[in-house]
Amino acid sequence: MPPLKSAATPVASVLAADARHTVTVVLNGTPRTGQAHPRLLLSDFLRHELGAHGTRVGCEHGVCGACTVRIDGVAQRACLTLAVQADGRRIDTVEGLSQSNQGPTEGRMTALQEAFRRHHALQCGFCTAGILMSLSDYLGRNPKPTEEELRDMLSGHLCRCTGYAGIVRAVMDVTGQAAACDTRSGEAAHV
Amino acid sequence: MTVMRTVWNGAADPKAAAGTGAPALVGRPMPRVEDGALLTGVARYADDLPAKPGTLHAAILRSPHAHAEILGVDTAAALAVPGVAAVVTGTDAQRVASPFLVGVRAPMEHWCLAVDRVRHVGEPVAVVLADSRYQAEDALDRIAVRYRPLPPVTSIVQALDPASEPLHPALGSNLVNSRSFRYGDPEAAFARADRSVSVEVEFPRNSCTPMECFVVLADHDAAEDAYEVLSNFSGPFAVHPVMARALKVPGSRLRLKTPPHSGGSFGNKQAVFPYIVLMAVCARVAGRPVKWVEDRLEHLMAATSATARRMRIDAAVEADGRVLALRMEQTEDCGAYLRAPEPASLYRNHGNLTGAYDIPNLAVTNRIVVTNKTPTGLNRGFGGGQLYYGLERLMNRVAVELGLDPLDVIRRNLVAAEAMPYRTASGGSLDSGDYPATLEEAVRDGALDALKARRDARRAEGRLYGIGYAAVVEPSISNMGYITTVLTAEERRKAGPKNGAQATASVAVDPTGGVSVHVSSAPQGQGHRTVLAQVVADVFGLRFEDVRVNTDLDTGKDAWSIASGNYSSRFAGAVAGAAQVAATRLRDRMAALVAGSLNSRPEEVRFAGGKVFAAGNPDNALSFSRVAAAGHWAPGTLPDGREAALRETAFWTPEPLKAPTDADYINSSACYGFIFDFCGVEIDRDTGAVRIDRYVTMHDAGRLLNPLLVEGQILGGFAHAVGAALYEEYAYGDDGRFLSGTFADYLVPTACEVPVPVILHRESPSPVTPLGAKGVGEGNCMSTPACLANAVADALGGPVPSLPLTPAKIAALIHPPEPPRPAGPAGAVAAPAPSASGGRGLSGEGSREVPAPPEQVWAILLDPKELAALLPGCEALDRAGPDAYRAEVVVGIGPVRGRYTAEVALSDLDPPRSLTLSGSGSSALGTGRGTGHVTLERTAGGTRVTYRYSAEVGGKVAAVGGRMLDSASRLLIGQFFEKLVARAGGAPAPAERPGLLARLLRFLGLNR
Repeated sequence: MPPLKSAATPVASVLAADARHTVTVVLNGTPRTGQAHPRLLLSDFLRHELGAHGTRVGCEHGVCGACTVRIDGVAQRACLTLAVQADGRRIDTVEGLSQSNQGPTEGRMTALQEAFRRHHALQCGFCTAGILMSLSDYLGRNPKPTEEELRDMLSGHLCRCTGYAGIVRAVMDVTGQAAACDTRSGEAAHV
Repeated sequence: MTVMRTVWNGAADPKAAAGTGAPALVGRPMPRVEDGALLTGVARYADDLPAKPGTLHAAILRSPHAHAEILGVDTAAALAVPGVAAVVTGTDAQRVASPFLVGVRAPMEHWCLAVDRVRHVGEPVAVVLADSRYQAEDALDRIAVRYRPLPPVTSIVQALDPASEPLHPALGSNLVNSRSFRYGDPEAAFARADRSVSVEVEFPRNSCTPMECFVVLADHDAAEDAYEVLSNFSGPFAVHPVMARALKVPGSRLRLKTPPHSGGSFGNKQAVFPYIVLMAVCARVAGRPVKWVEDRLEHLMAATSATARRMRIDAAVEADGRVLALRMEQTEDCGAYLRAPEPASLYRNHGNLTGAYDIPNLAVTNRIVVTNKTPTGLNRGFGGGQLYYGLERLMNRVAVELGLDPLDVIRRNLVAAEAMPYRTASGGSLDSGDYPATLEEAVRDGALDALKARRDARRAEGRLYGIGYAAVVEPSISNMGYITTVLTAEERRKAGPKNGAQATASVAVDPTGGVSVHVSSAPQGQGHRTVLAQVVADVFGLRFEDVRVNTDLDTGKDAWSIASGNYSSRFAGAVAGAAQVAATRLRDRMAALVAGSLNSRPEEVRFAGGKVFAAGNPDNALSFSRVAAAGHWAPGTLPDGREAALRETAFWTPEPLKAPTDADYINSSACYGFIFDFCGVEIDRDTGAVRIDRYVTMHDAGRLLNPLLVEGQILGGFAHAVGAALYEEYAYGDDGRFLSGTFADYLVPTACEVPVPVILHRESPSPVTPLGAKGVGEGNCMSTPACLANAVADALGGPVPSLPLTPAKIAALIHPPEPPRPAGPAGAVAAPAPSASGGRGLSGEGSREVPAPPEQVWAILLDPKELAALLPGCEALDRAGPDAYRAEVVVGIGPVRGRYTAEVALSDLDPPRSLTLSGSGSSALGTGRGTGHVTLERTAGGTRVTYRYSAEVGGKVAAVGGRMLDSASRLLIGQFFEKLVARAGGAPAPAERPGLLARLLRFLGLNR
């Protein structure tokens, strides 16, 4: 967790526990303001205060990764972050991935999202938003991961539907690499 | 090296493609219509749907005890917490509800809230309803429940012991049901066989743990005494009458809705049903709508589990490996209550107990026991993993003991193609397939020879490498009557026949010519909408995107039956089949209405390319939308006496599903796929870790409707099976405390642990289902654990431990016993230690120098005010008697933080030299007790305080904070001594040594 943005920002210890505090974030490029008790989780703030329910909650103890969002660009668990810690920060969620929800590009998904669809990288979709957010950060830093690197990064996310094969294939595809893990390939089984 | 057998562009099936020319959509790997909403975040799961104004949020107080009498529940303090509207207890449940129906006649009462006794850790005891979930959880700490602990029953063996404490006193025993079955002449077969081979195995508790937990929104209409509930329930809707009965209303007054998206189930979301009833009761008691979202800690601890099963199988075998008869003893642990639809796990495979083998003689004894663990329920593979683990380990043992190749033993016993449809010993009807040919194809295309060479090469290098096999049949579309096999024929006669597997689908055309489809399949992420659009578009000769499918379900409006829902792999065979039946009927009605205007006969009318025309005159075509819309816009133009073709609802049930016969023959499923797997695993000699080197899985699931989705189902089932085989277990202490309460403790495989299997297909259409499809999603949960265990057995050249095959268990087999641990450095040692009662035991010792004379330290320790200041998190410490205190402590361990009341006693006082501190307690966070011995020794600098403690904790803290307890304890003890040093006038020092007192008190706190 990075430190709060500046010394001037009230730290948690001086926020009144019983009061709601104004929290302003730049959510997917748009300033949004809501109220939060100091203990309110960022995941709850996004979902229930701002209505940005695309971020899912899977464990609330930081293991499953479903709630991953980008805070000032860095993929982080919204369930391990307090809403007041996010005050003044840029928050990017799955809703902001496809370039625009209005206008001529409405509904146009990113290449990664399209690859997820093409490779059946999701079933119930509950873990998907978090994985996409982690990948959007990770692929920015490592545009051509090896399958081993990719799987290591994905191990921060739990998916119960897919066995991860489609996810790996989608990412290898979108990064212009051959998917090693093909169920039709005899070498596929070796991890 | 190998290829999927599926033909990607599909073969036109005259049954599905009504038109001419256009390639059929069925059989093609269509990407899913579901994905757009899921990938962009706009999809709405249950927790994303709007709640009614005034909705209260529920938090559930759960039992910290595995087994205890409830002596009293005091809710007054909780009701005083700001924002709290109501607290609901077992007394309320008794007033407005009734116990759940149980599938077996036995005097067991299961209420939605515990009424007089708790029977597993996590059992709901009370519900707080407040303006927010945060407030509701605050108030949970304020509910005081007095318990009298009872001896827990925590294993199958213990449950079978007549001396074990009965969970349900009226039952008098923890053995709920026992039935024996005899098919063919097993005694004669054993008498004439060359020898018999036996295995005894135990399958552990585990669960598929969908990423989305349970959600319930409930409301009660007091004017009409009707309930309306929205929940991510997955079915079977056979549970709907169970819920309605528990709420004491007819089914029509329990309107149950499901959301448009659900975050996975794998059977587990069947188990939300007790909470549907619980929240309905809460809404009624509070007079306001109620919302509850289960958290992960609740889910792991108390939602549901697969059954644990002990199994002994004896095989009567000939010298060539031919199995003449099986004698099975299965004992099923269903947890604290026999919750609907249990004991289905034990009977789901009753018609296919002999698997893929031609074994005509069978003796079975099935026992069902209750234990102080979470009640069991649906879980991917449902009973199949358990059954085949025993059966396939047995087949492997037959080979080993007879000195045969395991693959040859399988070959020798497979049901022959000519025998199809094959009637199994217990009455199942294996509907189609050529098992031997399928096996040989897998051996060839999966390159078994190369794998054997690889094994030999690895072994030549001294490595532990093994190959395993498994052959199973995968049942799908459960017979609603199979569960009644648990009853005697006499009991069944009284109860009335149960059979069939009614699937429903509705297809409608709208005034613009759009086609909509509704099914009651309650999908949980599998892509039902996509497949149904393929099926129905083919029937009408339309484009995929012309058909819109709705899978939300509203029992107040939609067609459904008790067989509705998402379970027993019934979608492809039954639900997609029903949709095809409905669409075909509607198309045929449209054809009859339009035939006249096409100067044609109805059977000559064709639907293709969005047009409707006579087969002999395609140029004279009407647009589909024109034909479809006619019934809306111009019913007056219809032929006299003909009803418009606007909507058709089909109910389809598989013909072969009859009730059990008086001799207990039962065809428990409508169709049976075939799976043959083999794999190579390597075991790390140092760590004992199993690495799956290669896995080949061959499936014959009948006709594949969408190969992309089929592959997804296989990959997902395989991943679950890898977890079950190698990592996952719902672990309990011997005293019933739950030890796997977080995803850091319950180990779900990640992308690093799940390899990609080679998937092979053969397609033998089922003669039973409309589209020829069979289920495919559960098979690897049945075959893969056994296949991996057989490979591990081959690698080890000996017995395998019980699942999961963790490195620790395997290392214990391959390593000589470790020498005793050398004495550690002086100072704090806090190590988990086995405790007498088998819980999460902690013990440790240490010492600390304090810069004050012993008398002063003694005075501080015995002064309640001083002590209160020293104890981390202590908010109040009152004297409760001579040398006894009552402490209010707020402690956080890992993700859990809570308030405890601890009773602390000082004894063996030898001022100022030594004392013993003991305490116990419990709270919402758990239970615990501990003792510590402290000695004070005068030194040059003051006093050396030496301590030794032992303690054990249970409940939520043990479940979720297990791995953090030691370090958290050390930290708290360190804080205690830090303060003691400061209080005694010394400078703060680094606190590296735990202190006993703090630890203990803390525990007390924990404990209560």
